[in-house]
Amino acid sequence: MKLLQLPPGELRRQLAGPGIWLRTGPFSLRVRSRLDAVAEGLGELYGQFEVRNPRETFADFHVSVDPQTKLRQGLRPKVNFSFDGIEPFEPEPLDQAYPMLERGLDWCVSEHAHQYLMIHAAVVEKNDQAVILPAAPDAGKSMLVAALVLSGWRLLSDELALVDRKTGWIHPLPRPICLKNESIPLIRAFNADAYFSGISRNSANGSIAYMRPPKESVRRQHEPAKPRWIIFPKWIASGELEVLPRSKQQTYQSLTQHAFNYSQLGTEGFRVCSALIKQTDCYDFQYSGLEEAVAVFDRLAASVVTGKAGH
Amino acid sequence: MRAPAELVSHVFRNPEAIQGFSMEDWDTLVRQGRKANLLARLHALLIQAELDAAIPAVARWHFEAATTLAETHQGEMRRELRRLRALLSGLDFPVVLLKGAAYVAADLPASKGRLIEDIDLLVPAERLGEVESALKDAAWQRVGLPEYDRRYYRRWRYDAPQLQHFRRAMMINLHHAIVPDSARYRPDANKLRRRATGIPGFAGLVVLASEDRILHVATLLFHDDGLSHGLRDLSDLDLLLRQAANETDFWPRLLARAEEMELDRPLFYALRYARHFFATPTPDEVREHLRHAEPGSATLKLMDGIYTRMLAPAHRSCMDALTPPARAATYLRTHWLRRPPRQLVPHLVYKAFISPYQREPNPA
Repeated sequence: MKLLQLPPGELRRQLAGPGIWLRTGPFSLRVRSRLDAVAEGLGELYGQFEVRNPRETFADFHVSVDPQTKLRQGLRPKVNFSFDGIEPFEPEPLDQAYPMLERGLDWCVSEHAHQYLMIHAAVVEKNDQAVILPAAPDAGKSMLVAALVLSGWRLLSDELALVDRKTGWIHPLPRPICLKNESIPLIRAFNADAYFSGISRNSANGSIAYMRPPKESVRRQHEPAKPRWIIFPKWIASGELEVLPRSKQQTYQSLTQHAFNYSQLGTEGFRVCSALIKQTDCYDFQYSGLEEAVAVFDRLAASVVTGKAGH
Repeated sequence: MRAPAELVSHVFRNPEAIQGFSMEDWDTLVRQGRKANLLARLHALLIQAELDAAIPAVARWHFEAATTLAETHQGEMRRELRRLRALLSGLDFPVVLLKGAAYVAADLPASKGRLIEDIDLLVPAERLGEVESALKDAAWQRVGLPEYDRRYYRRWRYDAPQLQHFRRAMMINLHHAIVPDSARYRPDANKLRRRATGIPGFAGLVVLASEDRILHVATLLFHDDGLSHGLRDLSDLDLLLRQAANETDFWPRLLARAEEMELDRPLFYALRYARHFFATPTPDEVREHLRHAEPGSATLKLMDGIYTRMLAPAHRSCMDALTPPARAATYLRTHWLRRPPRQLVPHLVYKAFISPYQREPNPA
């Protein structure tokens, strides 16, 4: 059954008790939390995802977000993310409970799933061709991804490109898109129908809101896609849109820096990275207007269908 | 029949048990195996027993990813050892590889599915400085420690602090003894070095003789306060023992060496818990011979209660109400074995009440 079929009280009760079993892309989670914010976040953002009764089921990652124990709590209560007894992060203020869960899930995957080459990047797809958008601070990657998936592109992932080591294809992990600061009103202006979770304010990164992944992307979360482009986005407040080819050598270097497990894979990491670059065209992409940016991506996707060059 | 709560060693003892596993059992096995750092070794065991097809599809990647990581570690280790061979070729004495590095260099079964992040080297105490400066010339740097810990290390620890390469993730622990000088059981490192043997392809690097290698792991197990890799180390010991048992006169040699080095007691415990967790075959005569090293029955009962808990994977599913006191007891006991109370009490007081409140920047 889907998570949205669980009545809110039942979701809350299960989260606080045995936890809920949730499938996201290739991974299954068992999530526990006594916090309402976590139940609300999951209810708002994961409605289309499959849930099961956690008993008698295998889960890849057992995670929880809960208030610190009384003894360790100071004057201000804080929350902790735990992966099966491991606490990879420092405790954070209460209003960071939901973002902490999302970050924790990214951490679980990036620390363990070595069956993939994992790149810190977003992935979207149209006409069976995927674009990898490596993340850089303030590059506006998630904002561009949000605009693309609100314009008919399929979301594969906002944070983690999972490259199948055998086939070189990308496996989807279409979890919510994390938007920060000024990108939140910009996306609201771009498409009034975009659905956001409540905004968390006091984080080190400013405000954070999560956009619900499109229903169609979640429905197709088991369909891998063939990578066709690697595009390094850069958002500027105002200025000309620019698309510049990027050398394969340069792209290779950036990819090894963006890969979570390049060194853990040894020579295999080199092989998968090289194969990925061989089959993709690489660009640097500077943009300010979202409509204009989406139009360039649409032309790129259409060029493959008509057989014409991108530009 | 319900499987026991601790599934990792259960599977090592009875690999075919996995054929009757429920999904819940697989869930528990993966979680415990991950905590114990034994997923890759479990995978190797199941492949060897031709049982890997029985791993359910949903759980499979956990084993395969762990194997990928272990294989990368071993490849890295071989590369690092080749670099070390060149780096240390100017020294006029052999450098002894210990633990994981030795298992890989000598290609022992104990390297199977072993994650290795450190290289442990044993060198004569008076040559430590020489080796450290050779390493420093090749961009290995001391890992920063708070001042109290630095003094503590220099004074009481048997090893120099860790060295880390400035670019690679590998660490080197430079030892001049295998336990602290102040410890109760104190095998003479010179004796160990004299029996060390060369490794084909790694001139200048040597490994301990098989009986010494086993005594080393046995001694460490009962000097390690955290026992964070307890079950993994015990599994190493199991694999080392099974392999060495094929050598002629291995058991008499082991017993004689234990007596010579006064390590009968640690060997007694190591064999006892290796049998308990891994059903390691040990001849009756060996057990008979070690009877003199056995403590009184009350002590033994207490030790069993402590070590069967402490050596189990540190996962919630393996814990009971007695796990926390067992942990506290191990901490005290290993420190007790390491140094006399006159040194121990101030150290524990410092660690409990002073260091948690001190914030010192870590000099890199």
